Amino acid sequence: MRKPIYLDYSATTPVDPRVAEVMCRYLTMEGEFGNPASRSHAFGWQAEKAVEQARADVAALIHADPKEIVWTSGATESDNLALKGVAHFYQNKGRHIVTVKTEHKAILDTARQLEREGFTVTYLDPEPSGLLDLGKLEAALRPDTILVSVMHVNNEIGVIQDLAAISRIVKPRGIIFHSDAAQSAGKIPVDVAELGVDLLSLSAHKVYGPKGIGALYVRRKPRVRLEAQMHGGGHERGMRSGTLPTHQIVGMGEAFRIAREEMAEEAARLKGLRARLLNGLSDIEEVYVNGDLDRRIPGNLNISFNFVEGESLIMALKELAVSSGSACTSASLEPSYVLRALGRNDELAHSSIRFTMGRFTTEADVDYTIRLLHDKIGRLRELSPLWEMYKDGVDLNSVKWAAH
Amino acid sequence: MAYGTKVLDHYENPRNVGSFDKTDPSVGTGMVGAPACGDVMKLQIRVNDAGVIEEARFKTYGCGSAIASSSLLTEWVKGKTLEEAGKIKNTDIAEELALPPVKIHCSVLAEDAIKAAIADYRKKTGKDENVNAA
Repeated sequence: MRKPIYLDYSATTPVDPRVAEVMCRYLTMEGEFGNPASRSHAFGWQAEKAVEQARADVAALIHADPKEIVWTSGATESDNLALKGVAHFYQNKGRHIVTVKTEHKAILDTARQLEREGFTVTYLDPEPSGLLDLGKLEAALRPDTILVSVMHVNNEIGVIQDLAAISRIVKPRGIIFHSDAAQSAGKIPVDVAELGVDLLSLSAHKVYGPKGIGALYVRRKPRVRLEAQMHGGGHERGMRSGTLPTHQIVGMGEAFRIAREEMAEEAARLKGLRARLLNGLSDIEEVYVNGDLDRRIPGNLNISFNFVEGESLIMALKELAVSSGSACTSASLEPSYVLRALGRNDELAHSSIRFTMGRFTTEADVDYTIRLLHDKIGRLRELSPLWEMYKDGVDLNSVKWAAH
Repeated sequence: MAYGTKVLDHYENPRNVGSFDKTDPSVGTGMVGAPACGDVMKLQIRVNDAGVIEEARFKTYGCGSAIASSSLLTEWVKGKTLEEAGKIKNTDIAEELALPPVKIHCSVLAEDAIKAAIADYRKKTGKDENVNAA
């Protein structure tokens, strides 16, 4: 069977062959397999040198000091370390945290855990564009607020929050500011000084690096303190123990180095591909872009095809690897919580598809996608009683549905 | 999401897609589900004077299993009396299509749809269930 066209780069990316090649040099007897923490021989020294070069490459992409980079197993761990680490360290100062309903589950579920531990969390509603209303954020801050966590780029709709503006509200109050940048690093410029963040979660596998490695940026000036969540040999200045996986780390370093060099060109190309895709679908009726289109990373297009259910559409698009905002595949039958938080109605939330394009997406891929969508949307709408009612002029909101 | 071959077959080649005129006295229409839940099924039956379903049509907004459940149902009810069709159980549909547990609700919806279509037809023709069953 021919492999589907991959349009799910926000889920994960393939490792860039240049990255894979570097990683292979840090595994076998012939390579630098040593433990970077070994101080007594050259195997350890060489591995440590590679780890520190990677640390510098990761730091450079976000304009940080290498000493501010802490290796983790990925953005989920970084989010956990940031939220729990800050909450536990500063709990005598206050026990209130502010975040947003459209955050990744790694933030939301960690926040829930902190609530179980006695912290109070405010979950802000975003605007219909997906962006945060700064006035609402300001109103949510309290004297006992110790942490604000707002993701840089949303994983489903790709919208970019104005972190610099958020920081200007949060920082003067002495509140620590964290952001999950798993979906932004390597796609748009990230400068920790300009954005005014104290903590920033990073992932390698969204940027053509390997899975299982990430980092947390931890500001040194002024110093942000964390209580470690993983105890052991005191690696990473005591913030995260565990033997450093050299091959993963050099992979992340190389991926971030390539991103720094190629990001501008790649972003322009992806923006062109997205415009081509959107333009190609513009003649289909009742198509809605979810989230702000301009303040969005280049490769993301999240759209709802009204009156067509997302899971059946994904089934029809088996030649494409895309993801649906509808979580019908799980037992919950709940549509995307992100789209619901934007105030999208149920039909549109159930009818959404996320297309995310990346380094290896071609114009031919996009053109094929456009043709396929025209064909399948038409077919599924012929099957849809909602489409028939819409065409007959029935207002679906006036129908009394037998909810089940 | 791995679908069974029967679900895929009905999804790829749905049987009896379409609509009858719902004002036609020989047509019973059942519409069940809600957009909020991610599935809406419309099932219509055309019934002859002997109380036998001559034809059935469906339209479904929902996942592949919901489409397959309603497509299969239109095949099953054809040629059945209203009484026989009313006895079709969701478990029969789920079994025939080998639906996984999370998709059982699709077969429940299909059972509701045929019951609703029969009830609509009976309401229209003034024959309530007791009369027909007697």
